[in-house]
Amino acid sequence: MCFLLLTAFAITRAHDLLATVMLLSIYSLLCASFFVVMDAVDVAFTEAAVGAVVSTLLLLSTLSLTGRFEKPQREKPLFGLIIVLTTGALLIYGTLQMPPFGSAAAPIHQHVGSYYINQSYAETGIVNLVTSVLASYRGYDTFGELVVIFTAGVGVLALLSSQKSYPIAPIDKTILPAPMKQHHILRVVSKMLIPLILLFALYVQFHGHTGPGGGFQAGVIFASAIVLYTMIFGLQAALDVISVAWLKLFSAFGVLIYSSVGLLSLLSGENFLDYSVLAQAPIEAQHLGTLAVEMGIGITVASTIMLIFFSFSGQMHSIGEAQ
Amino acid sequence: MNIWDSFNYWVVMILMMNGLYILISQGNFIKKIIGLTVFQTAVFIFFISMAKITGATAPILKQATEQGSTLYSNPLPHVLILTAIVVSISTMALALALVIRIKQAYGTIEEEEIQHKDQP
Amino acid sequence: MSEVINGLSVICLLLGGLASIIAAIGIFRFPSFYTRMHAAGITDTLGSGLILIGLMLQSGWDTTLAKLVLILLFTLITSPTISYTLANAATTNKDAAK
Repeated sequence: MCFLLLTAFAITRAHDLLATVMLLSIYSLLCASFFVVMDAVDVAFTEAAVGAVVSTLLLLSTLSLTGRFEKPQREKPLFGLIIVLTTGALLIYGTLQMPPFGSAAAPIHQHVGSYYINQSYAETGIVNLVTSVLASYRGYDTFGELVVIFTAGVGVLALLSSQKSYPIAPIDKTILPAPMKQHHILRVVSKMLIPLILLFALYVQFHGHTGPGGGFQAGVIFASAIVLYTMIFGLQAALDVISVAWLKLFSAFGVLIYSSVGLLSLLSGENFLDYSVLAQAPIEAQHLGTLAVEMGIGITVASTIMLIFFSFSGQMHSIGEAQ
Repeated sequence: MNIWDSFNYWVVMILMMNGLYILISQGNFIKKIIGLTVFQTAVFIFFISMAKITGATAPILKQATEQGSTLYSNPLPHVLILTAIVVSISTMALALALVIRIKQAYGTIEEEEIQHKDQP
Repeated sequence: MSEVINGLSVICLLLGGLASIIAAIGIFRFPSFYTRMHAAGITDTLGSGLILIGLMLQSGWDTTLAKLVLILLFTLITSPTISYTLANAATTNKDAAK
C-alpha cells in the first residue's frame, strides 16, 4: 500500500511525461499484486494485462506523437488543492462509518454474494465463481460492457482515420523499413515467443471455467502478441497478417456472437440471455452459453485493441511521411 | 476501534484525491488522463478491499468434499471491477485519440495555450 | 527424504530473496547506467530463478510444477533479451547512459 502511495505521489511530481508513464505502469503492476493479496485473482490478471501493458503502450504511442515534456507549471493552483483536501477529508470522515476491513458481517456479503457462493455451482457447474457470475448471472452487464468497448473502438477509428492515417494501399517497402531490422536477437526471440503468447491466450480463454481467466484477459493477451509483432517487424508486416478490414469485421462479429446467443434464447421462448434452452441438461446448457459468450468477448476485445493500436501507429507513420 | 480497520479505505481516499489533484491542477492533457487513471484505479482498489474477508480464499471453488468449511471472498465486486478495468482502457484509448486530434488541430496539448488560441 | 527437499527449497528461497535484495541495493548504489543494469540482471536471473526452483521443490509432482518450469523458461529467455535491448538503447542514445 505504501508503495502505491509513493508511486502516486511520484506521478504527481514528475515533469517528464515518459517517466510518468513508466511510473503509471509500475503503479498498475503494484495494484495487480495488491489484488492478488485481496484474493481477486481474475481482477489481478486483467489489471496486469491491461494496466501494465496495453495502457502503457497506448500512452507511449501518444507521447511519440505529442512530445515528451510538459510545460512547467506557472503557479500553484491553491484553489484546487483546497477543494481536493476538503473532499478527501469528507470522504475519510465517511469511511469511519464503514464496517471494519475484512469482516465477514459487512452488509456487502449478506445479499447476492453469499447466494452466488452457495448456489452457483449447483446451477451452472462452473468452478470459477467470477466466470459464472460474469457470463451467466450478470450477462446483461457484461453485454453492456462489451458494447462499450466496441463503441470505443468505433470512436477511435472515427477520430483517427478521417484523413489517410493507416496505409490501405500497400506501400513501397523500401521507404518503410522494418524498424528493428538490425536487432537480430530481438527478432529471433520474439519469433520464439509470439506463438507461445498466442497459445497462452487460447489457454486463458478456455480455462476460464476452472481457473482465473476468461474472454477479457485472453483478448488482451492475444492482442499484445500481435502488438509485439507490429513493433518488431513493422506495421506493414502486421497488416499483411491481419488487415484492418478483417479486424473491423471481427470486432463486430464478437458482439454479434454474444447478442445472437441472447436472441436464440429469446426466440426459443425464454428470457434474453437465458442459457437453459441451449441444451437438454441445465448444467451443460450453462457451460455452452458461457463458452459462447466468452468467445464473443475474447474476439471483440482482441480485435478492438488491435484496431486501436493500428490506428495509433498509423498516425505515427503518416506523420513520419509528412516530415 | 482498531486503526487498521479502515486503513485500506484511507489509502484509497488519498490515492483518489491524488488523482483528482492531478486532474485539476495539471495543464497537460496526457497528465490529466493519467490522473484520471489513478482515480479509477483507486475506485477499483476500494471495491476489491470491500470484497475481502479475512481468512477467505479466492472465489474458485474447491473440491466438493472440502466445501462448506472454506470461506470465499465476495465474487460480485470482482466481476464488476473486471469489466470496469476493460472499460477504463477503452475510455482511455478514446481520450488519447482525442488528444492526438487536438495536437493536430492546435499544435499543442497544454490547456492554457489552447484557450489562448481560441480567443479571437 | 521430504525433510531434505524441504530444506533445499528453504535454502533456495532464502538465497533468491537475498539476491533480489542485493540487486535492489545495487540499483540504487551503483554509479553508472551499465553497472546498474548488471544489478537488475541479477534480479531477473539469479533471484527469480532461485525463488522459482525453491517453489518447484515445494510443489511436488503437479500441474503447478509444469507451470513453474514454463515461467522459469520464459524468464530465462526474456531477461537476457531485455538486458540486451536496454544496453543497445543506451549505446545508441548516449544521453540516456548518464
